[in-house]
Amino acid sequence: MPAKLQRLWRDSVLGRHVLVALVGLLVVLLLLETVNDFRAIQLSSMAYLGIAAGGLTILTGLNGQISLGHGALMAIGAYTAALMLPDRDASTPLPLVVLVSVLVTLAVGTAVGAAAARLHGPYLAGATLALAVAVPGIALYFGETLGGEQGLRVSMPDVPVWALDAEYLLTGTEMTRSGWVALMAWTTLAVTYVLLANLSRGRVGRRWRAVRDGEVSAELAGIRLGRSRVSAFMVSAAAAGAAGAMLAFTVRLAAPSGFTLTLSLTLLTAVVLGGLGSLGGALVGAALLTFLPPFVTSVGSDAGLSDLRAAELAPLVYGLVMIAVILLAPAGIAGSFRAWRIRRQARVAVAPAPVAASATGTTGTPDSPTRSTVPTSSKGTPT
Amino acid sequence: MTRRARLIGPLAGLVAASTLLAACGAGGDRESDGGGGDSGGSTDIGVTDDTITIGAHFPLTGVAAPGYSEIPLGAAAYFDYVNAAGGINGRQIDYIVRDDGYNPTNTSTVTNELVLQDEIFAMVGGLGTPTHSAVVDFLNDEGVPDMFVSSGSLQWGDDVENRPYTFGWQPDYEIEGKIIGQYVAENMPDAKVGLFLQDDDLGADAEVGVRQFLDEQIVEVQRYTSGNTDVGPQIAALQSADADLVLSFNTPSYTALSQLVALRLGYEPQWFYSNIGSDPELVGSLLSRFSEGAVEGDNSSLDGILTSEYIPGVEDTDNPWTQLWQKVWDQEGEEGELSNFRIYGMSSAYAFVQTLAAAGEDLTRDGLVEALEESGESLEGPQLAPFRYSADSHLGISGVQLVELNGGASDPITPVLGTDIGDAPIEEDSSGQADDAPPESGIPEAP
Repeated sequence: MPAKLQRLWRDSVLGRHVLVALVGLLVVLLLLETVNDFRAIQLSSMAYLGIAAGGLTILTGLNGQISLGHGALMAIGAYTAALMLPDRDASTPLPLVVLVSVLVTLAVGTAVGAAAARLHGPYLAGATLALAVAVPGIALYFGETLGGEQGLRVSMPDVPVWALDAEYLLTGTEMTRSGWVALMAWTTLAVTYVLLANLSRGRVGRRWRAVRDGEVSAELAGIRLGRSRVSAFMVSAAAAGAAGAMLAFTVRLAAPSGFTLTLSLTLLTAVVLGGLGSLGGALVGAALLTFLPPFVTSVGSDAGLSDLRAAELAPLVYGLVMIAVILLAPAGIAGSFRAWRIRRQARVAVAPAPVAASATGTTGTPDSPTRSTVPTSSKGTPT
Repeated sequence: MTRRARLIGPLAGLVAASTLLAACGAGGDRESDGGGGDSGGSTDIGVTDDTITIGAHFPLTGVAAPGYSEIPLGAAAYFDYVNAAGGINGRQIDYIVRDDGYNPTNTSTVTNELVLQDEIFAMVGGLGTPTHSAVVDFLNDEGVPDMFVSSGSLQWGDDVENRPYTFGWQPDYEIEGKIIGQYVAENMPDAKVGLFLQDDDLGADAEVGVRQFLDEQIVEVQRYTSGNTDVGPQIAALQSADADLVLSFNTPSYTALSQLVALRLGYEPQWFYSNIGSDPELVGSLLSRFSEGAVEGDNSSLDGILTSEYIPGVEDTDNPWTQLWQKVWDQEGEEGELSNFRIYGMSSAYAFVQTLAAAGEDLTRDGLVEALEESGESLEGPQLAPFRYSADSHLGISGVQLVELNGGASDPITPVLGTDIGDAPIEEDSSGQADDAPPESGIPEAP
């Protein structure tokens, strides 16, 4: 059985990703059992940031395109979801809501991506920046239908009975609405990450990387640059759409001030903090952004600071962490961790060489270091 | 085929194992659903024998922080003052303020934290129309009293049925618009009126009020979107329409911006700013900041401008309420001087403390709401006109006084005028609210 599992782990990319996702979901499910409603909501926030950051890290890390407009794409997903859930009687099934949000965002992302594929570096950043600035304005301009400054409220339907029953059957506790939303958000995250991971390990991902690393050589190899860029942008936009829908479910509001440029920059921060091009890194970044500010604030108030000072502490520490990560771990947290692990494995493999030769089977799979080096080379930034 | 079988085997095992693992939890009893709901009795969530925990969301950082971040400091100082004197019914008030940066998404997050994590008894003074409207339904669903929202939107008080736990505090923008409209119609019947409105509830509610009296006199209406700092086109449109009286319903930043643009265009109408946009000291400092020193702003920058008032300000040093606030600030305040924003925070804190006193020893969330509906109209306090709280209305202060600004102080140009939304008549306030004084101790008793 373990041997079989090991073989599965080694041979099937899909199997490996699905396994990791299932184990991750199981951990989240167990975690949700033990935490209160507030933590459940924080976990949902982490999930939607993680989904969007995951999409962005694929775009920036693997394809070398920078986007300052992902907050705007999330807004499109969130507003689509909000429009489909106007009141509690609207019984649109939530999976359908998510699907439509993703499709609408995908459509917008395709249009933006088609334009973006012709741009490079700072021009691309500028164009997507314009998107981030303009989209919240649309909600204000069509204030009648989109709720203007105050935004659209999202009425979440009640937790379906089957979910309540299943939860009770499995764990013996009742599921709250926040727990239900958190579970949906994490399921979406798992599905998105499996898809993204599979794409990036396959032919499509190799094309993206090829385009990132050398346009001329990629073109010589028969890759169509434009098509590859647009496809990366589409995938990334779809993830942002799903994230927007999850944001709408979690916050129960889609308002323009929730989707300012700050959100786009926050996503980019999550990606950089975690490590460019790595999904695990995007998740680490999302976790940091969700949990660090409230943690710092509460440490501040426990240390006797006034509420005002404690609130001012959070952006300060956030900035310091950002500087520290860039100085000390330029590959991001996940990137540096992986580099450290590879170095250690290499040392282990090199140092006891004579011994290892006699016990090849026990030093683990010899191909694992090379396998995991592939994504670490993805530090390329667009030029 | 064999490969798929290899895949399915372990997967099935994993699923089976996880189901088994999780099922172990099912042995637990179903006690949790019996224990929920109101425990009744003399205490409620957030209340113990010697403490009451309350919370609020304010912009402590970000663009809206200047001015507004001082409000919770004032409220905290007053709660500390009450605590130092033994609290209310033997309970100390624990006041938690969380920063939402004036972003509704954050407001939702911090309100979840306050209600679900800190388990506050009530929300007191949460600030902002777009921000608070993100959480008002959540608070009402959870049955959390949502007292004295720091915003003049109608929606906090005109829909008691759907929002039984929410109460407004300051005069709503509609009655402010009505009173200003009537004054202009009576005293400046030849003025060509231009409106400069924030494009949300603030401008919309006020316009309804103003149009009751000035529909004929209005020559131009211009709106701006909060966040867009270029108001040049709007002011130029007012100028080209020859408006010689501009009624502005905007926030302090836009008072400064509109003044600067008018200065640049050489446009000199009579300005009439709504109360929330007319703090002379803040606008003065914003003027110098926005013009990068080209205009020396101080608290006389708005001299000659008309506005309205509903509580005594920091310059009314003869007023017994202002004297109380000065005493509280000297005793409990942090660094810095007493300001109008701090007084605002203290005034709303005073109303809350009085409501607590009215609710009595056995404090429950529903009891607090009932107490306010029953005795709301007779609450004392610095407000110039009485509150309108009843079982049918949760709207706040019922009137304003129109004033002309002069060196940071304000000279009354009308008596205190009271009214209500809709076509309720505007009458001189006869409640004597404007002339009362706080009790010797500075701590209210049950009305």
